[in-house]
Amino acid sequence: MQPLDNTTADVTAVGAVEPRRAHFARPLELKSGAVIPAYDLVYETYGELNAARSNAVLVCHALSGSHHVAGHYADNPKNVGWWDNIVGPGRPLDTDRFFVIGVNNLGGCHGSTGPSAINPATGKPWGADFPVVTVEDWVQAQARLADHLGIDSFAAVIGGSLGGMQALQWTVTYPARIRHALVIAAAPKLTAQNIAFNDVARQAILTDPDFHGGHFYEHGTAPRRGLRLARMLGHITYLGDDQMAEKFGRVLRAGSFQFSYDVEFEIESYLRYQGDKFAAYFDANTYLLMTKALDYFDPAHHRNGDLVAALAPATASFLVVSFTTDWRFHPGRSREIVNALIGAEKNVSYAEIDCKYGHDSFLIDDPHYHAIVRAYMENVAP
Amino acid sequence: MNASAVLARPDFEVIAGWIAPGERVLDLGCGDGSLIRYLAQTRRVRGLGVEIDPRNVLESMKNGISVIQMDLEAGLAGIGDGSFDHVVMSQSLQMVHHTEQILREMLRVGREAVVSFPNFGYSLHRQAIAAGRMPVSESLPYQWYDSPNVRFFTMADFEDLCAQRGIEIMERRGFDGGRLVTEDPNLNASEAVYRLTRAGR
Repeated sequence: MQPLDNTTADVTAVGAVEPRRAHFARPLELKSGAVIPAYDLVYETYGELNAARSNAVLVCHALSGSHHVAGHYADNPKNVGWWDNIVGPGRPLDTDRFFVIGVNNLGGCHGSTGPSAINPATGKPWGADFPVVTVEDWVQAQARLADHLGIDSFAAVIGGSLGGMQALQWTVTYPARIRHALVIAAAPKLTAQNIAFNDVARQAILTDPDFHGGHFYEHGTAPRRGLRLARMLGHITYLGDDQMAEKFGRVLRAGSFQFSYDVEFEIESYLRYQGDKFAAYFDANTYLLMTKALDYFDPAHHRNGDLVAALAPATASFLVVSFTTDWRFHPGRSREIVNALIGAEKNVSYAEIDCKYGHDSFLIDDPHYHAIVRAYMENVAP
Repeated sequence: MNASAVLARPDFEVIAGWIAPGERVLDLGCGDGSLIRYLAQTRRVRGLGVEIDPRNVLESMKNGISVIQMDLEAGLAGIGDGSFDHVVMSQSLQMVHHTEQILREMLRVGREAVVSFPNFGYSLHRQAIAAGRMPVSESLPYQWYDSPNVRFFTMADFEDLCAQRGIEIMERRGFDGGRLVTEDPNLNASEAVYRLTRAGR
């Protein structure tokens, strides 16, 4: 039956959602040794926490994500959560069974305490004074959010890319508090090439004259040129090579060479648009911080590179997923995680999804990929 | 795989009999995970399946089996030596090109290996060849042009290879239509199951 009035139909399966804010007055000691005296985390939840408080699923975001995982805002229906296609009633992360939580990480720029928030000690934005946070620090902060919500143990923690690294970290930092980890399009640590891409992105921001040593807020400006370049570079690494060729090829906007440095190829237009869009809303200091968290992530670092030993404390079961066209964290990187988990005698399943969208495939509504996540989650006790 | 579904019973029971309760078992070419499920139910094994076919990976996961998607033709690189008690390959050895490599790999990552395969030397298969036709039977249910099998060998051929490559045959069973064959299995068995280890262990 057709709805009588299309405007009354929900635009998302989850429906309208509202972000919430939790304040943490207890200081958080970071891996760097720095201490954040107090902080806020902004989060959203979908579905209902059951009476046993056992059906919570934490969704960890990647570099540019946020707490807004699913649903839309009543006052802005176009603002749909970044992973709405996988979360909702009847979806692979089924909110009829699970209580799903999205949280903006510490250092973020979507409402949680971060470089663009006011430092109570100075009354000015933290800026460059905001300490460098790591994946371990995020997991610690997320655990405090779980405490705040009365959740002893998560049915599952799930994330893609940097989010997958958080899910992996959860299993070793709080083995008793996580029963399943879904580690998607991730890697056990960055390669030199990965770090190199991140550093070029950082250099673009750090050398922007509008950066002002990270204290650009008080100058009423932002290093948008640098952030734009960083995003353009990052975006190239998120896309599949064939996908780019198929979508843009060598198509020229004007149909012929203009012998100028203006936008000529469609790919240039696309990347500049993406860069501008991102630079208009994302915080440059948060971008710097997120890329450092990626660079530092290496659970085997303190074990002389022995990932099997590093993962030994985990008691969770794992689903690891990679994508054939992901060259940023190619399937071999996921296999490193899988092999270490086998070596550490953990329960692990691994799927390699044939999907053309490169690293960003993890965000795509690919039927086989979603069927895999669904099948795995159906065997997770709520 | 159709073949393993049809012939599931006899080799499942034999394999279960060779595996001690609670062992770690790797099943290469696990299909929908039914062998691991059977071993988990009967022997409480901690099982892991390996499949290359995405549909079978999904089916195994639906069955609640741990499964990793991997191409056996590339060996078992990355899986540590001795990670498993038993490495099983049920009705899949004839589908792998690199036969020697996979046997070596099975006995590297596992203490023991179990393989089952259709016996090309079975009397009905010999009769088909003698009549000038490729055999099609319950254990070789495919036409020559659509068969997933890439290696065709008899029990005697397999035993020669084991002898040449330092693989000790601990036990073997031959079956015909689910019935145990005791007399001249290379002639009378349509399906063979072997329990293997490295010679001199």
